[in-house]
Amino acid sequence: MEASTANYVETLARLSLFADLTHPQLEALAHSFGEEVFAEGQRVIRQDMTGGGFYVILDGEAKVVIDGQERARLSRGDFFGELSLLTDEPPAADVIATSLLRCMIIPDNELKAFLLRQPSVMYRMLQIEARRLRAANVWTG
Amino acid sequence: MVVVGSGPGGLQTAYSLGRTGIPRCAFISRDSAPGGMFRRFPLYQRLISWTKPDAPFERGTREYEWYDHNSLVGNEREHQALVPEFMDRAFDVPARSEMEAALVEFATRGDVRVRYECEWLGTRRDDGGFVLETSDGEYRCRVCVFAIGVTDPWVPPIPGLEAVPHYVAASAPEHYQGKSVFIVGKRNSGFELAQGLLPWARRIVLGSPRPVDVAMLAFSPLSIRYLSPYTEHIRGGTGSYVVDAAIERVERHLDGYRIHASGTTWEGKLELESDEVIAATGFRAPVLDLPTLGVAMVNDGRMPAQTPYWESVSVPGIFFAGNVMQASPGLRKHGATSSSGSVNGYRYNARVLAQHIAEKHFGIRRERPTLDGDEVVPFLLGELARAPELWTQKGYLARVVDLDEADGFRDAGIVPLADFVDREGDACAVAVEYDADGTIIPVVYVRRGGHLLEHALPPHPLHMFDTEEHRQQLATSLAPLRPTTVSARS
Repeated sequence: MEASTANYVETLARLSLFADLTHPQLEALAHSFGEEVFAEGQRVIRQDMTGGGFYVILDGEAKVVIDGQERARLSRGDFFGELSLLTDEPPAADVIATSLLRCMIIPDNELKAFLLRQPSVMYRMLQIEARRLRAANVWTG
Repeated sequence: MVVVGSGPGGLQTAYSLGRTGIPRCAFISRDSAPGGMFRRFPLYQRLISWTKPDAPFERGTREYEWYDHNSLVGNEREHQALVPEFMDRAFDVPARSEMEAALVEFATRGDVRVRYECEWLGTRRDDGGFVLETSDGEYRCRVCVFAIGVTDPWVPPIPGLEAVPHYVAASAPEHYQGKSVFIVGKRNSGFELAQGLLPWARRIVLGSPRPVDVAMLAFSPLSIRYLSPYTEHIRGGTGSYVVDAAIERVERHLDGYRIHASGTTWEGKLELESDEVIAATGFRAPVLDLPTLGVAMVNDGRMPAQTPYWESVSVPGIFFAGNVMQASPGLRKHGATSSSGSVNGYRYNARVLAQHIAEKHFGIRRERPTLDGDEVVPFLLGELARAPELWTQKGYLARVVDLDEADGFRDAGIVPLADFVDREGDACAVAVEYDADGTIIPVVYVRRGGHLLEHALPPHPLHMFDTEEHRQQLATSLAPLRPTTVSARS
């Protein structure tokens, strides 16, 4: 995995979500929020279980599963867990690692303060959410 | 199998493994005596974790463990509660030497036979297992546990920082008399130094990118060290400053150092002269060649990534014990982390790990006592109220009761909660957790027909979780499991 050898700050700097942060801000981000690596097949967040977090994939892949049905695949730069935190509801899906999966994690109780401190990250997050919403609304039938 | 290390994590793992019935276990250590990091650290000789020599429960009981965060846990009375035997009560936390003495005593009384001065030098795969190359020959094993501590100095790649002494090489406090000292880092070791130097140094500045989390600090065992230098800074007092800044470079000159930094929570640059600089930038696990074997690392390569049972996420058969277990964070519900980075947490992990290895790799199934249907609620209520495993490893360890169609309820012991919620089969579990507001609550999990239900029970101002209200709510939560039992018995 590339991220295992790259410096954590450099790994974060390469993600579009954090593209507007200055180097000191990236350093503060790296010092504040750690990373976790999941084994293939390990569940990262769990449908209907309280207390999730906001996860940004640094390396590896994961699948989104709702009621046992796979709905999407996620890879480097993708993030998940935010809808549950923003709506204050338990996650509506399982996210399961499909390879060795490395993520940065912002705990649920720290996401709001972080986004308010870093509005550029919030704006980029909104842009991505808007694209997701538009993709979900495209008529494919 | 082989266990490497003779600090508290290695000793507890060796003790617990030695009582599982696994036929051939080798315990090796490069040190010459038990104690691990406590043979040398904390540098300024005082621990931060509490042992209460007198408590509401007798020493040696399971309940007493809750009041003693430093002793290892034994299966027999004479192996229990050893740290208070050595404390002189000069302070509410033990001295380093008292901790070390208790660990030596545990190894002696518990008959933990470690081959000392046998240094692990390298590792390779062999025939489905591993070969550990040591200073005393090769050890072949199917499973190995590395309890090697997190004690190697780690320094971030900041120009000039490599030339300043790390925490481990800091001098005695009197060396800093009348000097200005810049400490890079403001976590445990940084504040330990700051507090130790308060009576000696002329000026102390602690600097690192991350702001001190005041809300966390107030409830942390670290507060014992953090508070003096930090409150001094907050009050605008003299001689102690805590700065949120990314250190850009450190220049050495004839009379000392110049530190260049940029604010992280404030805008601007800082240039500061200091007589001394100390890098309290943390530690890494001395994993030697394990990454080349495929062991994935986290935290900037400082610790091995682990499953809820502390197995490498990428190399099955390699486990970790002791302080490094903190790299397995569990469910992180509401951001809560485990106590696996300290003795009170990882002593229980080591027991769970020993049983897990015995079952998974050696087919030695641990005893699972049966429980009558009407025993389940009082049993779990008692665990919620008093189990030291649940109270020290909040949100990480859970007490599990399995339900089998054929033989009813069985106490399945203490397991990682993350393992329980992802397993199958009808069962229930209880854990002590923090809710979203940071209040301690009992939580019940019921797995039935492939579905997991989660019930938060109410908090209590005195943390009494065995009230009538808790009993009733627990019984209601477990109701989905009861019809089966009734039909199984009819």
